[in-house]
Amino acid sequence: MRTLKFLLQKEFRQIFRDPSILRVILIMPVIQLLILPWAADYEMKNIKLAVVDQDHSDYSRQLINKITSSGYFILTDYTDSYNASLKQIERDKADLVLQIPDNFEKELVKEDEATLFMALNAINGVKANLGGAYLRTIIQDFNREVRTEWIQFPRFSPETQIEVVSSNWFNPLMNYKYFMVPGILVILLTMVGLNLAAINIVKEKEIGTIEQINVTPIKKYHFILGKLIPFWILGLVVLTIGLTISRLFYGIIPAGSFVTIYVFAAVYLLAVLGLGLLLSTFSSNQQQSMLLSFFLMMIFILLGGLYTSIDSMPEWAKWITRFNPVSYFIEVMRMVVLKGSNLADIKYHLFSMLGFAAVFNTWAVISYRKRS
Amino acid sequence: MHSVIVENIIKTYGKKKEVAALSAISFEIPKGELFGLIGPDGAGKTTLFRILTTLLLADSGNARVDGFDVVKEYKSIRKRVGYMPGKFSLYPDLTVEENLNFFATIFNTSISENYDLIKDIYIQIEPFKKRRAGKLSGGMKQKLALSCALIHRPSVLFLDEPTTGVDAVSRKEFWEMLKGLKQQGITILVSTPYMDEAGLCDKVALLQNGKILSIHTPQGIVDDFSDPLWAVKSTGMLHLLNDLLALEAVKDAYPFGEFHHVVLKNESGKKELEQFVQSRAKDHAVMQAVKPDIEDCFISLMKN
Repeated sequence: MRTLKFLLQKEFRQIFRDPSILRVILIMPVIQLLILPWAADYEMKNIKLAVVDQDHSDYSRQLINKITSSGYFILTDYTDSYNASLKQIERDKADLVLQIPDNFEKELVKEDEATLFMALNAINGVKANLGGAYLRTIIQDFNREVRTEWIQFPRFSPETQIEVVSSNWFNPLMNYKYFMVPGILVILLTMVGLNLAAINIVKEKEIGTIEQINVTPIKKYHFILGKLIPFWILGLVVLTIGLTISRLFYGIIPAGSFVTIYVFAAVYLLAVLGLGLLLSTFSSNQQQSMLLSFFLMMIFILLGGLYTSIDSMPEWAKWITRFNPVSYFIEVMRMVVLKGSNLADIKYHLFSMLGFAAVFNTWAVISYRKRS
Repeated sequence: MHSVIVENIIKTYGKKKEVAALSAISFEIPKGELFGLIGPDGAGKTTLFRILTTLLLADSGNARVDGFDVVKEYKSIRKRVGYMPGKFSLYPDLTVEENLNFFATIFNTSISENYDLIKDIYIQIEPFKKRRAGKLSGGMKQKLALSCALIHRPSVLFLDEPTTGVDAVSRKEFWEMLKGLKQQGITILVSTPYMDEAGLCDKVALLQNGKILSIHTPQGIVDDFSDPLWAVKSTGMLHLLNDLLALEAVKDAYPFGEFHHVVLKNESGKKELEQFVQSRAKDHAVMQAVKPDIEDCFISLMKN
């Protein structure tokens, strides 16, 4: 115990004597948490729309008015030549082209039926998809308005109509920040933990102190614990700062209890730090371990369910996410923050994470060799 | 009682074991001896140190340190040896005092307990005890490293090139310190690429390409040198060296201070050399007999 106490004392001294690292650990996550959620927005706005109006009728103008007043679209071009509009897409001046053909109004009135043409710039897939969907909804809406204007209502509607009204549970206003902020916090916490742990033992290898440590009778698990505990505490500090920011700046008050979050985070940090130490024992210099943790981080983020839903991934990718600790924590965070889940609800996640922690740390202790 | 026993240690590197770092090394160091391991860079000195300090496993062979086997009883060895790696390897962001305290603690002892052993060394750096180790000068770093290696009162001390990159005065001081430690009964194995330091050891092993060329006391090594040795100098030293090497009677010639040392094949070669020197009288050529020192012995051992 005395040895461990001194190891911890030494590690803390080293951490606090490196102000640049401390700054990165504490200030960078704060800044990122203040900036990123504002940019990481699912809603598409400012979609550039080019309209090819070959009808120049009352209805076509009404339709365009309706589209632009929705707030999602910016009318960047208004012509009567489809080719000219296509040029706008090519020059990236437009994301969407809506063609209103000749006789649009006439056919709508006379034949009860008219066609519109939509061309999407699919280079940015998300924008094209969402933009197309928005536009389609607006046009349908417009269609209904026109009908009500023209059709004289009988006593009973001649056609059956199903109207769908949805209500968003757990996040009634669909405020995306409620689920993005906890997710981003998880990513930041993982990055801090993984990178710190990954470079730590390697740093001792680089400056050669590990040689000196290895010839002492110090125990392997003492050494690993001495590395683990300081970063574990630091990780919980970062989490606390993050939760405070979510509350102060985004007004996010978890529906569940903080105890649940902290219990899970404590186990989660053990797993992440264990993984970092493992990388550290495998690498022989800081570049190697930084690159390794960087690539792992990439996979963790993209297959973590922060930006894309895990449920819509292919089967093999879903399997990978099961080995991704980040995906568990993101899910738990959202469950606790939005739904108010308690420890019993997240017990599957908690036990999985305990498994991760046990495997990574045991592996790290075993693969840290005092002799080669 | 031997403090260090090395028997047929072999260590190779590379996937196909193509690089032989140590080929069947054997030697013994009696307790309390200051044993020098002299050899050029890449001779295998550090590899041998790492095997003896239980940081590296040999391919084959046995080694015992203070009576314990380096493979089976490595835990006991780690408790009783002090190791000072060639590269400064203390925490640069901890102060002098914190470093010493840290190493004392992980050996389950304290500075005050063994202060008498390190006193002479530590007293020189004590005025800087609040300074971070990374900010010390080279000589002071080395004194701190030695203090840290000694803080748990080891019975065997391994010093891997402790004087490399240290100025001449500090080197001299350092060897004085080693003599003091020897008097405390500590066995010291020290490696160095500097041949002039060999004379300061009790016994010296010359290591080259993983083989021991000779183990002897410094005096014994000098006595083994039987060939006649002369020193020659003139103007135009470079030409002189080439001309000397071309002589029939000359076994070897090499620059040595302001002279060239010339090793003759036998006593009768003296005549040829005298004639040669006379023929170069206009270049102020002179020759004089010299006693071989340890460096001459090593040069001749290495070249054969």
